[in-house]
Amino acid sequence: MLRAIWLIVRKDLTVEVRSREIAYTTLFFAVACVLVFAFSLVQEGRAAEGVGPGVLWMAIMFAGNLALGRTFERERQAETLRALLLAPAPRPAVYLGKLTGIVVLLAVTEAVLVPLVALLFQARLLAHPFWLAAVVATGTIGFAAVGTVFAAMLVRARSRDVLLPVLLYPITVPVIIAGVRATLALVQPDFNASLVQFWLALLVAFDVVFVTLALWTFEPVMTD
Amino acid sequence: MNRLDFNEIAADEVSRHFGRRRAVSRVTFKAGRGTILGLLGPNGAGKSTLLAMLATLLRPSSGTIRYGQSDAAAGPSLRARIGVLGHDLFLYPELTARENLAFFAGLYGIADPAAQARDALDRAGLAARADDPVSSLSRGMRQRVALERALIHDPRLALLDEPFTGLDDASTGALVGRLHALRASGAIVILATHDLDLAEGLLDCAIFLRDGRAVETVARPDRLRTTYRAVIGR
Amino acid sequence: MPKWFSPAVLVCGLMFVVSPFVIANAPYESTMGLVQKIFYYHMPSAWMFLTASLICGVASARFLATGTARYDRTAWASAEMAVLFGLLTLVTGPLWARRAWGTWWVWDARITSSLVGWMIAWAYLILRRYGGPGSEKLAAGLALFGMANVPFIYVSVNYWRTIHPATTVVPTLPFSMGFPLLFCLTAFLMLFVLLMKLRVRVALEQSRLDDIYLALDEQRL
Repeated sequence: MLRAIWLIVRKDLTVEVRSREIAYTTLFFAVACVLVFAFSLVQEGRAAEGVGPGVLWMAIMFAGNLALGRTFERERQAETLRALLLAPAPRPAVYLGKLTGIVVLLAVTEAVLVPLVALLFQARLLAHPFWLAAVVATGTIGFAAVGTVFAAMLVRARSRDVLLPVLLYPITVPVIIAGVRATLALVQPDFNASLVQFWLALLVAFDVVFVTLALWTFEPVMTD
Repeated sequence: MNRLDFNEIAADEVSRHFGRRRAVSRVTFKAGRGTILGLLGPNGAGKSTLLAMLATLLRPSSGTIRYGQSDAAAGPSLRARIGVLGHDLFLYPELTARENLAFFAGLYGIADPAAQARDALDRAGLAARADDPVSSLSRGMRQRVALERALIHDPRLALLDEPFTGLDDASTGALVGRLHALRASGAIVILATHDLDLAEGLLDCAIFLRDGRAVETVARPDRLRTTYRAVIGR
Repeated sequence: MPKWFSPAVLVCGLMFVVSPFVIANAPYESTMGLVQKIFYYHMPSAWMFLTASLICGVASARFLATGTARYDRTAWASAEMAVLFGLLTLVTGPLWARRAWGTWWVWDARITSSLVGWMIAWAYLILRRYGGPGSEKLAAGLALFGMANVPFIYVSVNYWRTIHPATTVVPTLPFSMGFPLLFCLTAFLMLFVLLMKLRVRVALEQSRLDDIYLALDEQRL
């Protein structure tokens, strides 16, 4: 099972490195989002107080949506998702493999987003880098865990591009709330570690519950 | 990896509908080891749907498909013995032929995927282009790689959907040879095709499908075209 | 339709017609006055919304586990109920809030959680309608994820505005107002059951119609 996951992840990364299509477009889209937010929210040359974390998470969610859609669209083109399901690899391995690929892709995007948002919105995002990394990582995993199942489910559906955000955003409300609140707590001058820990705990619980749920439901949802 | 083995595949009154549309209707057949079975019929006859059900990708709405003593519930151990060549080629265009083959070989639990991939490429006559991305290969070459991918794990059951599409003369000959070899090695080959002339010398048994139903089953078919016209009409 | 259906419709209709009178006779709530009466429709709606969501989640789980079409029909019907009663809740709530506190919308934990839950139910219906063939399983997956999400939504929304949530903005009901509430609750419960029965019946007939088409198809060949 682990071997299957590793093979799938390696394959996804190889494909991505070759074409770099999804990485570049997602990155560009994320940056474009941030710019749009900047033009909307920055007034008199200063961003409103505490807007930075919100912008960061909004950009992550929009870019994540795009990345998920594109990744599975690519699998749909040569029906390679079917080939993966035909292989004797256990279904959870296929899920975990795709999940890992998405998380890595989003991590790369976030590595660019965080400094960019910190810069444009004068937010001290990098004040506590380890806490920030933990928060962003758990939030991304939660978002991707749900997103991978939904995007895989929708591969065979009609209107799949529009349905993914419709399904994904309401379900990932806790992630965005927890992510923004935790990040906001991190940029405060009086740093409150227990507050960050609370939201982090929520995110971890979310991740555990939803990855488990996804592993249970992946098989029945993907078989016709 | 646990690999199931079976001596015959048996479909019994297999049907599949999508809402109100019946795609396959009460098809029954048996095929044993060392057989090449052909599914013949016009477009929309249900050939691809039937193949998908045999591949365990789709569940029949009614009826059963048995692989020896087991059925689709056997899961991974069964899938390890089934090879599928689909309409869409199941290849990653950005990866090279070698990488595609090695990836799937690994996924099917083969001990030395790289070596297996190398052998498969030699068999397909594509060793020279092995390290080019699949997207740069011609349709015929891609078809050959796809076939190798389908057969790389030595399946007991090979399901091929229109395998002769887009192949030139030489490749067609090679494919026919490959199918004969598969039969000789005891595999069960089920293929859907439009190409009646090719199928003529090849098939041990032919099932004519129309509107999802098996209207005729012929063992040792000859003069396929005449039979086809008579049975399918038009 | 079963024998009890038509009489039940009659009773339910009567109860709704009578309800304004029952409500009018309820004791006047001291702080909020007349407008508080909308509560007698608001709270049963909210409870029916929650019940419908719960039924949808459970039916979806059973559908995914067993593949029986009956659970799928129940899930779809209850999702529609959830959207309906959720809409009622989300309309009556702000009406009350406007009069009681002067704003249309309050980012209270319960109201906001209901909004998110309602959107998930709505997403379920969109998926069923536009997802194409095979969307039953996908929708069931969504419903299951939605149900699992309820505690997370509630906790995150609750602590969203402040880490120390104010003692609940929405007051708990003093039980001297018991009878009118019970009356309206019964009326809404009957309405819920009747609509569910009707909707499930429609879905059943549709599936029977499909079977007839398929059988006809076979005969023809």
